[in-house]
Amino acid sequence: MSDDLLRLSGVSVRFNGQDTLDAVNLRVRPGEIVTLIGPNGAGKTTLVRVVLGLLKADSGEVWRRPKLRIGYMPQKLQVDATLPLSVQRFLRLVPGVSAAMARAALEEVGAAHVLDHPLQKISGGELQRVLLARALLRKPELLVLDEPVQGVDVAGQAALYRLIGTLRERYGCGVLMVSHDLHLVMSATDQVVCLNRHVCCSGHPEQVSGDPAFVELFGRDARSLAIYQHRHDHAHDLHGGVVLKKPHTHGPNCNHG
Amino acid sequence: MADFLLHALLAGLALALVAGPLGSFVVWRRMAYFGETLSHAALLGLALGLWLAISPTLAIIALCLLLALALLGLQGRQALASDTLLGMLAPTMLALGLVTMSLLEVRVDLLGYLFGDLLAISREDLYWVLGGSALVLLLLVPLWRPLLAITVHEELARVEGLPVAGLRLALMLLIALVIALAMKIVGVLLITSLLIIPAAAAQRHARTPEQMAVGASLLGLLAVSAGLSLSWFQDTPAGPSIVVSAAALFLLSFALPRRR
Repeated sequence: MSDDLLRLSGVSVRFNGQDTLDAVNLRVRPGEIVTLIGPNGAGKTTLVRVVLGLLKADSGEVWRRPKLRIGYMPQKLQVDATLPLSVQRFLRLVPGVSAAMARAALEEVGAAHVLDHPLQKISGGELQRVLLARALLRKPELLVLDEPVQGVDVAGQAALYRLIGTLRERYGCGVLMVSHDLHLVMSATDQVVCLNRHVCCSGHPEQVSGDPAFVELFGRDARSLAIYQHRHDHAHDLHGGVVLKKPHTHGPNCNHG
Repeated sequence: MADFLLHALLAGLALALVAGPLGSFVVWRRMAYFGETLSHAALLGLALGLWLAISPTLAIIALCLLLALALLGLQGRQALASDTLLGMLAPTMLALGLVTMSLLEVRVDLLGYLFGDLLAISREDLYWVLGGSALVLLLLVPLWRPLLAITVHEELARVEGLPVAGLRLALMLLIALVIALAMKIVGVLLITSLLIIPAAAAQRHARTPEQMAVGASLLGLLAVSAGLSLSWFQDTPAGPSIVVSAAALFLLSFALPRRR
């Protein structure tokens, strides 16, 4: 209990009178990878913003370990094209970071070759790695990654997830990550939280390992790809509201089974 | 050299120096319209200064700062897009200034305030410009990296512990101060050009933010010198001559091959 990095209990956020988050509980411990999944508009990014302290919850309690160092990897980075900024300089915007540290962080995420490139001219996959390097330079106790594999091809996604797993091992930090994709969740994920305004379910992901076609397709990356199978005890209507699956009552003239 | 020309040159050079780094932020953060609105309000500040019988420079600075604060509060609080809001405010401020001026029934050199009257800079004006520019430069040194960080990504900067709202306010206040000081030199209608054009011209050839800021300062110094020469030898209005020179430098920046 006491070694938690972060605890959210009963957190609700409302926009324009509508619940975006409804009584969400969440807990991240050191060395643990927690993945948030859910459809568009499920409130994943809202939840991340609450965790980061960028958004205040309307109700509920947010507890962070005192002086928690958070490394944050935003979903996207749009720097005005007129700002001449190299990758190295971008990394050194973190206070106390030397040129050597910036280079080491880039090497760690496998993007050392873009060190002197203009930030706006690198590819989507390279940018994700650079953002990860910047988050690492904060020596984080908690890494918060908002859709870390966005705009990266499938092979690259697996590599990136594997990298995140390695970094977790090395730094012993907790990881909270948002994934848009229901099917592609890392094997090293300790906990999956399925969010649709409220927490639908959470638990350990089931791994696909034996399927030869799967292994053949992704090679050694197969182990870090998994299909998360779970069952809901309720369904959602078109507006995201909860519809309980109740057996219907039969009328007097009903003649079906 | 005649005293008034020396005053004009020193004041113009001091402003060009601070306009470089600040103008770079205006370009990076797309604040051109914000600067435009503040500069249009300067005339109202002058009118209020005359009415309250306080130093016009002080009144302009105070009004620009107040307006910057009000804009910070208004932005994002209502449905109007920020360019609509600024597009309404800029001419309204200018009109208010002109109406107030006529109600006061004081005779002022309106043309001078609209388009600048650099050659009429007094010794007191010069001290204001020199002192103000030095203050802005001094404040920019410690603020430089945090301001750059919030320009790259505000939320990332906030998570990393920077006081983002305070930094944005500080930048707005610095711009407000420079605009108040620049009014005498290029006039309310031309102030933003002094901020934007040198920065835009330096942008093409800069590899780091600092190169762009310093380059913008150098180009600004060049534009002021060229503009004043033109004004001196051809008897053209000083403020517009400086702006024309800056625009010419901007066009020239395209002629040079791009390093990369």
